Amino acid sequence: MATYILKRFLQLIPVFLGATLLVYFLVFSLPGDPIVALFGDKPVNEAVAARLREQYHLDQPFWIQYLLYLKGIFTFDLGQDFSGRPIAAVLGEVFPVTARLAVMALIFEAVFGIIFGLIAGLRKGKFFDATVLIASLIVIGIPIFVLGFLLQFTIGVQLGWAKPTVSSAATVQDLILPAIVLGLGSFAYVLRLTRTSVIENMNADYVRTATAKGLSRFRVVRVHILRNSLIPVITFLGADLGALMGGAIVTEGIFNVPGVGNRLYRAVTQGEGPTVVSIVTVLVLIYVVSNLLVDLLYAWLDPRIRYDA
Amino acid sequence: MNASVEFHEAGAAAGRPLLEIKDLAISFTTSNGEVNAVRNAHLTVMPGETVAIVGESGSGKSTTALAAIGLLPGNGRVAAGQVIFDGEDIAHASEKRMIELRGNSIGMVPQDPMSNLNPVWKIGYQVRETLKANGLPSGPDDVAKVLSEAGLPDAARRASQYPHEFSGGMRQRALIAIGLSCQPRLLIADEPTSALDVTVQRQILDHLDKMTTELGTAVLLITHDLGLAAERADKVVVMYRGQVVESGPSLELLQNPQHPYTQRLVASAPSLASRRIQAAKELGVESDDLLAPAEDVVVSTSLPDEVLQIENLSKVFKLRSGFGRSTDFTAVDDVSFSVKRGTTTAIVGESGSGKSTVAQMVLNLLKPTSGKIVFDGVDTSTLNSKEIFAFRRRVQPIFQDPYGSLDPMYNIFRTIEEPLRTHKIGDKASREKKVRELLDQVALPQSTMQRYPNELSGGQRQRVAIARALALDPEVIICDEAVSALDVLVQAQVLNLLADLQSRLGLTYLFITHDLAVVRQIADHVCVMEKGKLVETGSTDDVFDSPQQDYTKALLNAIPGAKLMLPPEVATA
Repeated sequence: MATYILKRFLQLIPVFLGATLLVYFLVFSLPGDPIVALFGDKPVNEAVAARLREQYHLDQPFWIQYLLYLKGIFTFDLGQDFSGRPIAAVLGEVFPVTARLAVMALIFEAVFGIIFGLIAGLRKGKFFDATVLIASLIVIGIPIFVLGFLLQFTIGVQLGWAKPTVSSAATVQDLILPAIVLGLGSFAYVLRLTRTSVIENMNADYVRTATAKGLSRFRVVRVHILRNSLIPVITFLGADLGALMGGAIVTEGIFNVPGVGNRLYRAVTQGEGPTVVSIVTVLVLIYVVSNLLVDLLYAWLDPRIRYDA
Repeated sequence: MNASVEFHEAGAAAGRPLLEIKDLAISFTTSNGEVNAVRNAHLTVMPGETVAIVGESGSGKSTTALAAIGLLPGNGRVAAGQVIFDGEDIAHASEKRMIELRGNSIGMVPQDPMSNLNPVWKIGYQVRETLKANGLPSGPDDVAKVLSEAGLPDAARRASQYPHEFSGGMRQRALIAIGLSCQPRLLIADEPTSALDVTVQRQILDHLDKMTTELGTAVLLITHDLGLAAERADKVVVMYRGQVVESGPSLELLQNPQHPYTQRLVASAPSLASRRIQAAKELGVESDDLLAPAEDVVVSTSLPDEVLQIENLSKVFKLRSGFGRSTDFTAVDDVSFSVKRGTTTAIVGESGSGKSTVAQMVLNLLKPTSGKIVFDGVDTSTLNSKEIFAFRRRVQPIFQDPYGSLDPMYNIFRTIEEPLRTHKIGDKASREKKVRELLDQVALPQSTMQRYPNELSGGQRQRVAIARALALDPEVIICDEAVSALDVLVQAQVLNLLADLQSRLGLTYLFITHDLAVVRQIADHVCVMEKGKLVETGSTDDVFDSPQQDYTKALLNAIPGAKLMLPPEVATA
């Protein structure tokens, strides 16, 4: 088991190098001169521009830029963004906000998805099941930015139940509506996955045996149906955490959340290479680590699974 | 178990049945409307008595038993009749009442030990929750006691293992432990050993007998095996197509079956038939139906007599044991035997004995680690790919699972025609003619050609598999558990067909099976395998009449019903 975990961590090295190289190259290839763009409508001051180019190594060829960036990472200096703030500080500011948002979305989709999915599965073919299935199909079918604006307008503006936009502090209360919007798509998937899994397990022989032992219906459902049904669901949820962090761009845009997505979008449009690469690399690492955790969780949930070296 | 009747009667209301099923009708709601699975079922179980329900799959025997514990599947319901348990009609009892009864009044031991334990909970946990739900003490010692009473060695340690760490026999013991843990008055045992090897089956049934006798538990035993039913039960109830066709004391029913279906069942029960053929031989009766003696086969004498010679065959598998290391597992260890043309040689053994591995090596699907297989004078390991192609035409397999070995997307015509097309034999018209002939040979109507495997019964599918194997006019057919998945009557029909084809076409069979009763019916020679080694070989008569090895004796003794002696006139009926 320890060997397995070590092996998985060693895999992070090529993933890290590959991801940074790829993203750096993409940013490098963006058309236009970011420094010129910084001057906006004003005339370009060549001396300032040259100094900035030197400061951000933009006068160097691609490989030198990339290697200098790597060197920075290993000396714990990620450099500065175009407004002169250290990138490390920017990361420290935006990641907690998005992490909070993603975890809230995850809790929302897990709790409601599993409860609704379980009830729908146990009442397969009944009214509740049919309603929930159709509703989940609608949620999956409508793009997230439509859902986002719709909920922002009805719940936030018209009904006033929640704030339509998020303050710069991005408190838990502020993030409730964005988290629901962010989690809605996955909520529908969790619901359907739970439902399918429950239906499959309900007809399993061991469930019948559990009933024959004289267990109450509640216990049969909780211990023998739900527990077994959750194995694929939890796998999905774990992998989804990484996807939620990276996929929050649209939601953050709608609700003006000061998180990773907004900052990343700004960095991309401004051609801030080091900022884009840093944010994306952290996202990739979160994704890889959360996948590792899912695999370990999987082995813990299902004792039949063993990871050999 | 007979002894338990007196034992228990003191405690129970004298003369009152523990379970009485009256006029029971069960129907299922399907997309094609209501289907009546059981009609007019009657049966009575007295306290402490063992009653067996016998029938083939789909006869309604399991459904009847499940109704008695209120576990019919969601679309099933009791349409009419009564299920009276200890004076109370529970056919339509509330779920709450059924939960009270299950476990401590009516216990169940299910059929398949592989799928009936929840894979994510430890064995001990699954026993403990049973005790707890029925208000019994459920400490670690109580759990260990229940498990060790069911014959599980080292129970305290075993309780903290997961089901996948148990063998099939151990799982079935755990399930028996669960079924009996709350000392129910009635135990429903639904094919409790049909998934297990014969010797394990015998141990488990002996133990179950002992426990239920000690506890005075009445047993409702569901089985497809008439021999097993007769050996284990006081009374036998025979079900056919959802109806009880006959019931009575076991021996009486076996010796004097009244209903035509029971008569057929007695005649073809493999465990009893093993005696029957012997009896027929002793009486000098021509056994025209089941065994076509090899001597009758007219074989051209110019061909070498021994079509297959297996010499010092071994197969070693490497098992991964972590950290890049591996351990050797010898599946087949220095096996030698030969097969005469036109005869049937059976390889018998329990699961894990290496018999199927031998079959796969003979079929050239698996490379031997050492030793050689000589087919018709040629070592098969020296064949090049073209010669292997020709070899495949002469040696064909029939596999165990007729559900898995036919492509569900191919209709029957395409299934049987495929080998002909692969080997580029004939044109379209002649291939179709050949397929029609083959269907005739296996006694399937030609209209079957346009149907798909899912529209056929298990027996029909196995006939299709036989037709496909015959398509290339092979000389040798390797049957790997070819009849194990079939009901007894269907099994007898397929064995008849195989024997008939052998006498007409001069086929050679290598028959892999775990079922000695089947061996008795089909084989001329027997090879007994244990843990990869060949422990005994000989003619079928010699091996059955005077087995030399302890292992062979144990296997023979384990055949259910083997000890039941039937009068010859019944046996040959």
